[in-house]
Amino acid sequence: MNTTPELHRDDLTSKTGMWFFLFTEMLLFGGLFVVYSVYRYRNAEAFHLAAQELKVAIGTTNTIILLISSTTIAMSITAIQKKNKKLALLLLGTTILLGLAFLVNKYFEWGEHLKEHIYPGSAVLALRGQGDVLFYGLYFFMTGLHALHIIIGLIFIGVITVMIYRNKIDSDNHVLLENSGLYWHLVDLIWIFLFPLFYLIT
Amino acid sequence: MEPSFLEHTGKYKGIFSWIFSTDHKRIGLLYLFSILSFFAIGATLGLLMKFELIAPGKTIMTAQTYNAFFTLHGIIMIFAVVIPGLPAVFGNFLLPIMIGAKDVAFPRINLLSWYLYVTGVTLVVISQFTGQGPPDTGWTFYAPYSFRTAGNMLPAVFGAFVLGFSSILTGLNFLVTIHRMRAPGMTWLKMPLFPWALYATGWVQLLATPIIGITMLMIVAERTLHIGFFDPTLGGDPLLYQHLFWTYSHPAVYIMILPAMGAISEIISTFSHKTIFGYNFMVVSTLAIAFVGYFVWGHHMFTSGMSSTAQYAFSLLTFLVAIPSAIKVFNWISTMHKGSIELQTPFYWAMAFVFVFMIGGFSGLILGSLAANVHLHNTHFVVAHFHFIVFGGTGFAFFGAMHYWFPKITGKMYDTRWANIGLVLFFIGFITLYGPMFYLGFKGMPRRYYDYDEIFHAGNIVSTMGSWVLYSGLAIIIINLFASLKSGSKAPSDPWGGKTLEWTVPSPPPVENFDEIPVITKGPYDYK
Repeated sequence: MNTTPELHRDDLTSKTGMWFFLFTEMLLFGGLFVVYSVYRYRNAEAFHLAAQELKVAIGTTNTIILLISSTTIAMSITAIQKKNKKLALLLLGTTILLGLAFLVNKYFEWGEHLKEHIYPGSAVLALRGQGDVLFYGLYFFMTGLHALHIIIGLIFIGVITVMIYRNKIDSDNHVLLENSGLYWHLVDLIWIFLFPLFYLIT
Repeated sequence: MEPSFLEHTGKYKGIFSWIFSTDHKRIGLLYLFSILSFFAIGATLGLLMKFELIAPGKTIMTAQTYNAFFTLHGIIMIFAVVIPGLPAVFGNFLLPIMIGAKDVAFPRINLLSWYLYVTGVTLVVISQFTGQGPPDTGWTFYAPYSFRTAGNMLPAVFGAFVLGFSSILTGLNFLVTIHRMRAPGMTWLKMPLFPWALYATGWVQLLATPIIGITMLMIVAERTLHIGFFDPTLGGDPLLYQHLFWTYSHPAVYIMILPAMGAISEIISTFSHKTIFGYNFMVVSTLAIAFVGYFVWGHHMFTSGMSSTAQYAFSLLTFLVAIPSAIKVFNWISTMHKGSIELQTPFYWAMAFVFVFMIGGFSGLILGSLAANVHLHNTHFVVAHFHFIVFGGTGFAFFGAMHYWFPKITGKMYDTRWANIGLVLFFIGFITLYGPMFYLGFKGMPRRYYDYDEIFHAGNIVSTMGSWVLYSGLAIIIINLFASLKSGSKAPSDPWGGKTLEWTVPSPPPVENFDEIPVITKGPYDYK
């Protein structure tokens, strides 16, 4: 059971720590899901109508992008285990590109809303009623916080990629890559919940 | 002999050997000094507020200053002193030693959480001196006032968020350490009760703190972007804020009290020279308090508006928490029964703890009953109740732990006579300060006002005088400990006859804690 941190690396310890951190992350969004459910219950009709305005196509594209990126990062772990550094780098590069593609989509989607003066605090939105204010308030806050997690995840994966490039991470020592994968899966998982809540339940 | 952690400076010299150290013992002491400093600020604010209340009307400060003072007092005491108090100081220092490890699982994250802690408190303090006046919402940041007041809320709220992050990382570190780094042979049920308490606390920190994190972020968004989550004019619901806030802040009370209970269990067993009575029940009750503690937040909101079904449920659950707490008290008393009790300063602190904790706990039951709550809500009765628990419970346990582990941490014994005099003054002052508040609240004196009706005058005079006695007791305790650092005699490795692992290593412990990791074959309190 005992390990000396300086002398022995203990991958299970690092992974346990990452899993515990993911619990925290889930509850961070959990608070928002509670707020969402309360306001959806109270403004069922407004939420229903507002959700129809969101572009399901963009949402679906982003969902697929994230799902594929989760696959590629998982594959990169197998690649590094099989000592295929080149393939691992390629797969991680793909993951990063897909993450960026997600953000680009999000940028255009948000830009569209901003053009129509739909954003928290806007007078146009206020005129549409309280249900819409809350729906878009939650939409911007929750997808915004999620996008922030995407950015953090991308930075994390970027650092890992450099470390693989410099042989700091290899087939015997890839727990950091696994942890970044775990984090990326969580970001994916949260989106899997955000997508139906905002786009599909109409 | 190996150098102790106090002598071994590592790569850096001077102050840098402390603020860049990843040694859990040095980080524990970093926390100790920062927490004591903030405690001094918080206590001074409290002293000034009590002085304001010595007579009706304005005495030394305006109503607005009083509002700012109780806000800062609350934020500092709750987020920067009581929540990190026992886990971050004694948990950091002793947890690895008590489970036979050389450090925590993530030493660098451990140091990071201290930096986050300092950043968080700095933000809170900055909020006092910048913007359009200090925050005046109370530490609860209730909506909608918290985004309507002109007070400088953003740094304070964001500071609370950062402090929460620091607390999560500490909890996470301890959880992983306990899961992965126990000495060979130390099965779960051979682990001492202080680590057990830290384990339960770790889960509460991990699973409850993110809720306040997101709630604080929502307040930030509310103030900057006018999103409308909690703003009735935009369709939001201020009550929802209260729910989210207490979903964290009630479990936070257990973050404060569980490690205190753990430390008290250690002290009582050691000074009774007897194994703890009902060890398994102590473990189960620790976990039960942590678990049930999640589901009682509604009792802060009985008068805010909730269905009577919810009121009954929250009231019942609140009463349920009393059961595991009472189990602990009974087991402490039973541990002393037929033990060979050695009357030393830490034991006196433990006794004082049990006494004030019981008063705090019973008054909590009064507040948990629905009918009484309507009468007592937002009165000084509530103030008295939570000071008996938070200051009486956690504070007494903190000073008890300090006197218990002081020889281990510093390698010096302290002057027992002055320590006892300090304790007696502290105890008398404490009862005199907070005791009358029960009466005042019962008579209807509201909390959070700088002024009151003439009929409350007598009780307030007694209470204010109590604050002076308490403060002088506190000063004696701190001065005595600091003086003992210089003049105290050298402490042996086991001055009290304790049986847990920290007493098997030299005082102060060497850098690596153990030359050889011990193999555990017996339970933690093996007297006989």
